[in-house]
Amino acid sequence: MKPETTAAGAPTSASGKGRIELQHVSKGYGEAWERQEVVSDVSLEIAPGKLTAVVGPSGCGKSTLVNLVAGFESPESGRILLNGRPVGGPSHERMVVFQETALMPWLTTYQNIVFGPRIRGDMPKKALHEEAVKLLDKVGLSEFKDKYPIQLSGGMQRRAELARAIINRPKLLIMDEPFRGLDAMTRELMQEFFLRLFEENRRTNLFVTSEIEEAIILADHLVILSNRPARVREVIDIDLPRPREFAMLGSREAYQYKRAALELLHEEAMKSFSEQQSVQAGLIEAISSRGS
Amino acid sequence: MAVAASGTGASGGGLRRLRWSALKRNAKLWRGAAAIALTLVLWECGSRASQQLGMQLPFIGLIPPPTAVLAAWAEVIPQFGYWESWYLSFKRVLAGFLSAMVVGIPFGLLLAVSRYCREIFFPPFEVLRPIPPLAWVPASLIFWPTNELSIAFVTFLGAFFTIVINVLGGARSIDIRLLRAAQSMGATKWDMFWRIVLPASLPSIFTGAAVGMGITWEVVLAAEMISGGGTQGGGGLGFFIWNSYMGGSLEQIVVGMFSIGIAGYLSSSAIRYLGDRCMPWRRLF
Repeated sequence: MKPETTAAGAPTSASGKGRIELQHVSKGYGEAWERQEVVSDVSLEIAPGKLTAVVGPSGCGKSTLVNLVAGFESPESGRILLNGRPVGGPSHERMVVFQETALMPWLTTYQNIVFGPRIRGDMPKKALHEEAVKLLDKVGLSEFKDKYPIQLSGGMQRRAELARAIINRPKLLIMDEPFRGLDAMTRELMQEFFLRLFEENRRTNLFVTSEIEEAIILADHLVILSNRPARVREVIDIDLPRPREFAMLGSREAYQYKRAALELLHEEAMKSFSEQQSVQAGLIEAISSRGS
Repeated sequence: MAVAASGTGASGGGLRRLRWSALKRNAKLWRGAAAIALTLVLWECGSRASQQLGMQLPFIGLIPPPTAVLAAWAEVIPQFGYWESWYLSFKRVLAGFLSAMVVGIPFGLLLAVSRYCREIFFPPFEVLRPIPPLAWVPASLIFWPTNELSIAFVTFLGAFFTIVINVLGGARSIDIRLLRAAQSMGATKWDMFWRIVLPASLPSIFTGAAVGMGITWEVVLAAEMISGGGTQGGGGLGFFIWNSYMGGSLEQIVVGMFSIGIAGYLSSSAIRYLGDRCMPWRRLF
């Protein structure tokens, strides 16, 4: 891969390295009497130039966390800071790569990629075009620049979406289970592609996933969330050397990380499972006692 | 290999293969044509069977055979009145349809975008929507000064409700991730509407248009049959059929029916064509 540079020729390294801090962030839904807390007192630091992966049992509030950091929703209490300044609403400083694909179906790959800078008008036309061409080349979609998203394969759509996010030069890239729904083969290729992309520029990255191995091979820090409402259960520092290779998943260290993470996740999953069981048991009891 | 060695054999085979593939490419067309031809033959035999069998077949025996219909058609084609019927019906359909589009699309989008407007306008809209267009005829005859205007109004209503409900539904079901992605990239309200909501609603706008066009034809023809042939608000293909019925010409009734079929087909083809032109990303499969 060719090193990425801005149109002016200066390396982009500085633009992609924001520091995110979550301080006692909580979020719930519903009125007071039926309030459901989804995120509870989460404090977390996403270090600049590092990839922080977040894993948790399904339905634990990962997506809400993404929405909070992206600014689609605001926390009820606590603060979210980007480089020391509290974040407001959505901004291209914090770009999200969504689950499945969120490319505009009516725009071609090229039009999708230049969408952000074009509507903001914050980049000279020629520079934008050059940057888009460069990014298309980097994600291997030069030949597909005039195709519509429906004509691209799943893997191509994800790469186009990555390019669309990167061209906005976000200080933080947020990935919300970005490779979900891809077949196993494509998924592994995308992980490898993304790994190279990250290691080249080291943009600060918040990577939400439900796949442990994906998290371990990509992450510098692995955040394990508790069962709903989401709390930070543990942060594991992954000390595998970079550049990473997939073969490292077979190493003793990786195995230990995986064991530790799975144990915590299993515990949390069991909690939610037994909670459901006790609710069910209570319900059955209530119904049967009514009958007698 | 042997075929490749003899030049003429190879080119002959190639040519044959070429013709065969061209035929296969048009297979859809051929099948369609064959089905229509078969229907016509069965119809002809069915309605002429009475002469051979000495008794009429049920249903089909009453209908004039296609040859007789074609003869009747050939008779009316040079007549000015026939083409005037086409012109009058098309004029009414287009007037009603276009006005419904012009009012309905912005209204539907407004309801979709603004919660305030939805809360105010949607309830009365939903009360008026189930009223069939033809139930509006008496009221509109009293309300509007001319028959022509009342027909136009009723036609407008027929398409209007369908278009609004389709546009509203389409614009309200836009994938939230598209809206959020645009928000992150700094889209203003203006961008949101013109670059996301409008293109994302196009498919449902065209669905609404296609359904609305069908309703418009129904309403126009019914209205033409009711109003009869006068100087005002009369004529049209609907009246053509009614007139043939009064005159007892079975052949002309069928001619009128097929004329409407062709007119409807032309209208919906036009909408499909426009839809394909406006939404290139949708005709890729």
